[in-house]
Parts: sequence; C-alpha cells; structure tokens
Amino acid sequence: MFDPEKLIRKGLPKGHFKDLVVRSLLGGTTYFVVIIAALLFGKILIDGAPVLFKAEAPFVDFEFLTSKNQTLHVFDDAQGTRHQLPASEYSAYLAKHEGVPIHNEQTYSYSGGGIAGPIAGTALLTLGSMILALFFGVSAAIYLSEYAKQSPFIHAVRLAILNLAGIPSIVFGLFGFSVFVLAVPVITATPSDRSLLTLPLFIGDYVMSFQGWNSSLMAGCATLACMILPVIITASEESLRAVPQGFRDASLAMGATRWQTIRKCVLPFSLPGILTSSLLAITRVAGETAPIMFTAAVAAKDDLPWQGLKSPFDVLSSQVQALPYHIYTLAARIPSSEFTQRAQYGSVFVFLLLVATLSLGSMILRAKLRAKLKW
Amino acid sequence: MVSMNTAIQIKNLSFAYNSKQVLHAVSMDIPARQVTAFIGPSGCGKSTLLRCFNRINDRIPGAHLTGGSILVHDIDINRRDIDLQELRRRIGMVFQKYNPFAKSIYDNVAFSLRVAGPTKRDELDDIVENALRSAALWDEVKDRLHASAFGLSGGQQQRLCIARAIANQPEILLMDEPCAALDPQATLKIEELIRELKKQYTIVIVTHNMAQATRCSDQTAFMYLGKLVEFGPTMQIFENPKDPQTEAYITGTFG
Repeated sequence: MFDPEKLIRKGLPKGHFKDLVVRSLLGGTTYFVVIIAALLFGKILIDGAPVLFKAEAPFVDFEFLTSKNQTLHVFDDAQGTRHQLPASEYSAYLAKHEGVPIHNEQTYSYSGGGIAGPIAGTALLTLGSMILALFFGVSAAIYLSEYAKQSPFIHAVRLAILNLAGIPSIVFGLFGFSVFVLAVPVITATPSDRSLLTLPLFIGDYVMSFQGWNSSLMAGCATLACMILPVIITASEESLRAVPQGFRDASLAMGATRWQTIRKCVLPFSLPGILTSSLLAITRVAGETAPIMFTAAVAAKDDLPWQGLKSPFDVLSSQVQALPYHIYTLAARIPSSEFTQRAQYGSVFVFLLLVATLSLGSMILRAKLRAKLKW
Repeated sequence: MVSMNTAIQIKNLSFAYNSKQVLHAVSMDIPARQVTAFIGPSGCGKSTLLRCFNRINDRIPGAHLTGGSILVHDIDINRRDIDLQELRRRIGMVFQKYNPFAKSIYDNVAFSLRVAGPTKRDELDDIVENALRSAALWDEVKDRLHASAFGLSGGQQQRLCIARAIANQPEILLMDEPCAALDPQATLKIEELIRELKKQYTIVIVTHNMAQATRCSDQTAFMYLGKLVEFGPTMQIFENPKDPQTEAYITGTFG
C-alpha cells in the first residue's frame, strides 16, 4: 500500500551538503576570475582615468590625446618651486628666465606631452592591415566556400589556415622581418647593397631589387595582415556558409551566373558576419606588439606620421610609433616614478578604452544587423 | 519525330551521384501546357529527374549523367556549349522549401530580370505587377511591395517564389514538392494557381501527395527505385493502372 506521507520529506533534501559544496566551489572559481578582472581594470581605471578626464568642462584632457610625446623635465626654480615641464615648454621657460639658475633637474623620457604619435601610428597600422586582410581574407573565403570542390586538398588548405591562427605573434613578427623588411622586391633606380637579387627592368635605370621595405608602415601592415588573415578567412567562410543554400539555388535557377549569385544573394547577407568578426580582429591588430616590433614600430619619433614627408606616399615607407609598443617602452625602458605614472597609466587607460569601444561597437553592430537580416 | 506538343523529351536518361546510380534509363515525353506530376516513394529519383531539367544538379558534387539525353526544342541540354543561364531563364523552378531572398517583395520578383540585364524602371514595374497578379498575390501585397518578403506567410512566400520564377516568362515551370512546407489552406491556393498557370506554362510537379496529383495534374508518372514504372494520363494511372507496382502504391499497400 502506498503511503502518501512518504511524499513529504523529513529534514533537509537528499544530497544537500554535497550540492552546497559543489555549488560554492563552482561559484568560487567564477568569482575568482571576476576578482582578477576587477583588480586589473580597477587599478588602471583609478590611476589612468584622472590623466584623461578632469573635473571641469570639457571633462576630457584632449591635450593628452592630441599633443606629441616629449621628454619631461622636472626641476626646482630659484624660489624652490617644483616644475614639471615637457621639453618644448622647458626650453621656452629657459629662454624666458635666462641666467636664473635651476636646481635638482631630472629628465624622464617619453613622460611629457601626450600620445598623439602612438595613437596616429596605431590607427594607420590598423587601417592598412585591415584593408589588406579583408581583401585577401574575403577573397579566399569566397573561393573556399563557393568555388572550391570539397576535396582532401581543400581540407588540407583549410587546416593549414586554421593552424596559421595558432602561430605565436612573435613568429609572425620575425616572418614579417625576414620577408617584408628584408626580402620583398621594390622597384628602384638605386638598389641597396644588401639586395638579395636585382633584376633589370630595361626602363631607364630602374631595377627590381629584392631588398625589402625596411622597417616601415607598409611592412608592419603586411605583417599584421598575415597574422589576422586566418581569423578573417575562417570567420568570413562561416558567415558565407550561414547564408541559406536556398538563396543560391533560387538565384542560379533564375538564370543568374555564379558570380551574380555570390554578389547579389550571398555576400550582402554574409556581410554583417564578416564585418563584426573583422571589428573584433581590429582589436587584436591594434593590440599586438610583437609583429610590429621589428617591422614598423619606433620608440621615439618627433613628427606625427604624416609630418615632414616629401610626398604623401612616404608615409608608407616611414616608421611609426604605435600604442602597444609605446606602452611596452614606457613600462620596460624607463624607471617607474611618480613623474612617469601619468604617461604610463594614461596610455594603458586610453588603449583599453579604445579596445573596449571597438568591442562594444562590434557587439552593437552585430545585434543591429542580425535583427535586420533574419531567415 | 517530336510532336509539337512535347516540351521535354527524355531519352534513356541515367544519372548517378558519384557511384550511386539513381536514375536508370528513364524515357518519357512531357507534354507542353499540361501539368505532369511525378509520384513515387521517397528516394525513387523523381526530384533528381526534375532537377536534371534545369541542370541545377550541376551544383551537387559528384552528380553526373551516365547516359541518355534530355531534349528541349530538340536541343540536348547537356551539350557542352549550352548557355546555362539562358536555359534556366527558359525553365523556371520553385523549390520545396519556399526560399525568397531577404530582400523586398519587389526586389525578389525583379531579381531574375535584373540579372538578365538592365531593364527600364517602368517596364520592370509592369513585369513585377503582372508576375504578382499571375501568382495571385498582387492584391495581398500591392500596398507593401517594398517591405521585406519575410513578413509574408508561408503560403504567400511560396506564391512569391512562383511569381519570381515566372517573372521572365519561362516556357516550363518545375515545381519540387511546392506544398510540402505549407498548411492545407495554402496548399489549396497553390493548386488553384497551378491549374491557372498551365494555360501559359508547361508545369512539371513532384509531389508526395497523391490527392494533389489527382487534383491538379493531367499526366502522372510513377517512379520506383530510379525507374519510370508507368506514365500516362492521370485519370488512367489512378483509376486503371496497368502496372501492379503502380496499383500497390496508389492504393497505399506500399511506399
């Protein structure tokens, strides 16, 4: 005979304590990660935000973003007042107070002025590498998903591309150095001594010289593009595959050519996916130090990338400062002190803000476009 | 000698996916301006046969002809020098799962004309209107031509696909189980439409639904295991089948 009283338990539920232990263990590990993130962002926020933001209108210190990087001079004047001046103001001060002695002078490299140079350099590197990576990446993805027959060879190609994504960025840096900096061909009338090979072109004095692009913006862009290519290809191929087969069937059945089908019925619908994944790729490109260390970046540069050039194209063949490399320089090359903190935490804060903005942008874009294109 | 009334002439057609033979020497003449239904159990090759007519099977890796030919206007459509795009403009297709593009209703119907070449705007407007009227959809969508096609009901979307397929005035309309994804109401509407469209077009329809075949087809072909078992006027096939296999299938004892 079934006893209805058995439905009501006496005491705690079965396995109550085990459940509690497992639950707190899993919760504990989760919140441990959150604590680490909070500490990291908290420290940077507390020390970095005051550099960029200020109490009175317009609340943002644009000077930090728009002025050039300079050496900081710290000294006492005759009255014993402590001054902190970037190099340009320092020389102006000296000119104004000629003959007045100053005491206890100390200089801190990179710590004065702003970070306009690194911001501009990173922007140019990102822009250039994304243009290259998107062109090659989307083309390859279209070929792989729309044209290539699914043969073992194509699978091997896809595997090779996936493996490329796992290569450490420093290896890409060295690859870029040996290929783009030292070996790619250029057309010039005056080949360098270390040219690997020169081929005559029979046009005036011009020869094709395999001497590389030196450390330059374009070598850096090419290296970063190589690094990000696998991500772009894989993501683009995925978004191309996500477009329903029915679209392709319908389009072909109505007499469209293969390319018309891709251009009108596949690409427009996979673009949101391609764009969002590219926006995430931008954050990676903007943040990498290793690939540009040997190929494009320079620690100190007086001019902004577009200043002091003979022709606008020279911007491609000149070196640039870059935000992640600048942070590395600030952290590793100069001793930390109360006077360097402003530049150090300020740069990291601006950098994180930039990456966060891009990530947020990609999330918003994805949500918006997904809502528009549903099937 | 092909009679004037034959739209598609199939001669000993054999077809395979890789090494798997799916059609065995199928021969039949599909009459013009009539509805021909292909019936048979799943996997009997009826969809494959239909998809041979506009060579959309080309898309499937490993799919290839192993013998025979398909003639349209006495031209072998598997010739190497066939203009595939023109062939597919002459032979339209409606798929099992309605598949309008994620574009506006107007752009869906105008698609085939736009890929064929530039068309004047007012000419395009006329063609789109006519196609939508022929597909019995005009009255339902005329106020929202530029709204997304995905806002339509399933039945309306399938009729949009029909409008899209007939926008460039094909001679032949292939329908691969056009009602499989639709409710009975929408199905009836499509069948009504098929009866209307056969005045202008040769229609070949694949269906699982035998009642549908009797309701809207003139000719019926029963296929089994890649072979054409019996082909004849629908009334005869259903009321007086000659082949015992056909009889067994239509009376529901197998299949």
